[in-house]
Amino acid sequence: TSTMKLILIFSALFGASLCLETFVGHQILRIKTRNEEEVKQLQLLESLEHLELDFWINPSTAAVPVDLRIPANNVQAVKAFLESHGIEYSILIEDLQVVLDKEKEDMAYNQQMERSSNSFNYGTYHTLDSIYTELDHLASEYSNLVSKLQIGQSYEKRPLYVLKFSTGGSNRPAIWLDAGIHSREWVTQASAIWIAKKIASDYGNDPSITSLLNKMDIFLLTVSNPDGYVFTHTTNRMWRKTRSRNPGSVCVGVDPNRNWDAGFGGPGASSNPCSDSYRGPSANSEVEVRSVVNFIKNHGNIRAFLTLHSYSQLLMYPYGYKCTPPADYAELDALGRAAASSLRSLYGTAFTVGSICTTIYQASGGSIDWSYDNGIKYSFAFELRDTGRYGFVLPASQIIPTAEETWLGLKKIMEHVRDNPY
Amino acid sequence: AAMEVPLSHGLASRAAALATGYLCYRRGSPGRGLALRSLRRARREDIDDVGHKYYLELELEDVLDKDNTVNCTAEVLYHLGNKNTAPNVQFTLEGELKNTDEADNIFYNRIKSLEKELVAENIPDSHGNVPPEMEPIRLLAWVASGYVIWQNSTENTKFQLAQIKYVKQVKRSDEYLEFDYMILLHDMVSQEIIPWQMTVLWHPQHGVQVTQDSRQPKHA
Repeated sequence: TSTMKLILIFSALFGASLCLETFVGHQILRIKTRNEEEVKQLQLLESLEHLELDFWINPSTAAVPVDLRIPANNVQAVKAFLESHGIEYSILIEDLQVVLDKEKEDMAYNQQMERSSNSFNYGTYHTLDSIYTELDHLASEYSNLVSKLQIGQSYEKRPLYVLKFSTGGSNRPAIWLDAGIHSREWVTQASAIWIAKKIASDYGNDPSITSLLNKMDIFLLTVSNPDGYVFTHTTNRMWRKTRSRNPGSVCVGVDPNRNWDAGFGGPGASSNPCSDSYRGPSANSEVEVRSVVNFIKNHGNIRAFLTLHSYSQLLMYPYGYKCTPPADYAELDALGRAAASSLRSLYGTAFTVGSICTTIYQASGGSIDWSYDNGIKYSFAFELRDTGRYGFVLPASQIIPTAEETWLGLKKIMEHVRDNPY
Repeated sequence: AAMEVPLSHGLASRAAALATGYLCYRRGSPGRGLALRSLRRARREDIDDVGHKYYLELELEDVLDKDNTVNCTAEVLYHLGNKNTAPNVQFTLEGELKNTDEADNIFYNRIKSLEKELVAENIPDSHGNVPPEMEPIRLLAWVASGYVIWQNSTENTKFQLAQIKYVKQVKRSDEYLEFDYMILLHDMVSQEIIPWQMTVLWHPQHGVQVTQDSRQPKHA
């Protein structure tokens, strides 16, 4: 109808005036180069700016295929170029907009399903938004116990949310637990949200947790590095660091577990911004680290600092920045062994116990070294499943078993902290 | 003289990982991948002007059948100074490995009869999924990566195969199967993810060979 036509024209004009980018008719080609000559042809194509080509994988060597997005009006010209040079290609995506629309639909549907059925699937990996929604769910479902605090924001301005588990009191002695400081270690964020649910639902049912929460608070940071986490979903599954810009370098990000003020600048961290263990320009340069440091200092009554990493199945205590044992070595080692034993009791998963320096490597600027040197005696770092068969890309089917066994280990430590005030 | 190394020590676990990679390369196939189940004992000897030698007792498991384990003793010699020489590895398996002839032949015939060359990417995917029909392709990479790991290991590295970014079959006129892989290796010590290209040849009777491999530049 003419009304429909008018609506369409106005929306098109409106859209154009808002400069909404659409990908209607854009095609993604996968180009398989067979030799250096063909790679050179592609690099030539790359230099023709008026074609507005977007290389998802740049032409570099013949062994690696080149993925390329072409705006709709240039598709035929580019294909003609490739064909005339005998360069093989296949169409990965016929119309990018269709794929994007479907993806949006799927995500909206999933969100709807989660909202309406109120059932978060703990046995699968989630986006940041989905985890953040679940934090709100937990705070509302268990409002007598759980509250959500914002302790700061990331480099890209995403909120850093901590769940506080408390039955009252004022500034009670507390246990700190964090996950996901290294964003590619997906089983840690996934385990943390399961653990949040576990603590909340066990209060009033499990005698040990009930007695613990009657005396102490628990603070849980489920996603310590949200910028990195989003990046592992959108761009690079193996991203580890923060996403902060490094002045004077094309390389992005700092290793947040080399950025703490503990032996900072010492061996076991890199001074190269392109390195995955880049320590950063100075201690606490990363807002993600600074936010936690400030929170813990301001709280003043944190009695245990526990952090989750993957992979390797290790349970470690300080130090990382030096290979000499901490003063509380005997107690920490014994407690670590007891925790590993509890963890193992569930599925037989074997963890190795020791200090960071002797067990994996010397590493300066680590979080549990900082917490220990700042008076938090019970400082432990876990490296969760597995030992390398899947490594960072641990199958989702292992999330819940990992979370369950890890919880037993954490619980053992927390009970000891509860029973041994200092 | 060789001194006992605590089992929890990083140096022992690096030597064990290297030995396992080498072993897997020598004994693996698309139907059999070997992984380290546990390190039983480790001793280390500093040999003047030669290097550092580790004596290891390992328990290995079949990646496809976790209950299937085999004990192994291995000697790993890291050469002093010369970075271009791969460490020396020798091993003795105590007992038999499961026979995988049937699975290997099924895979071999399946690939030989494909009309179009096999192409795949991101194995496992971000969520750790491996489609069942890709499992042998994945194991083959696991085995071949053992070669790359062996050739490039030092006392200061601990490599694992992190992911297959891309694999493409290359059709051959002879009886061998050939695959061009782009893999990601993870070095636990530096925490770097290193892209590595490798060309892999395989035949059920002739084992796995890496005929060409090269380290790739990391993306920024």
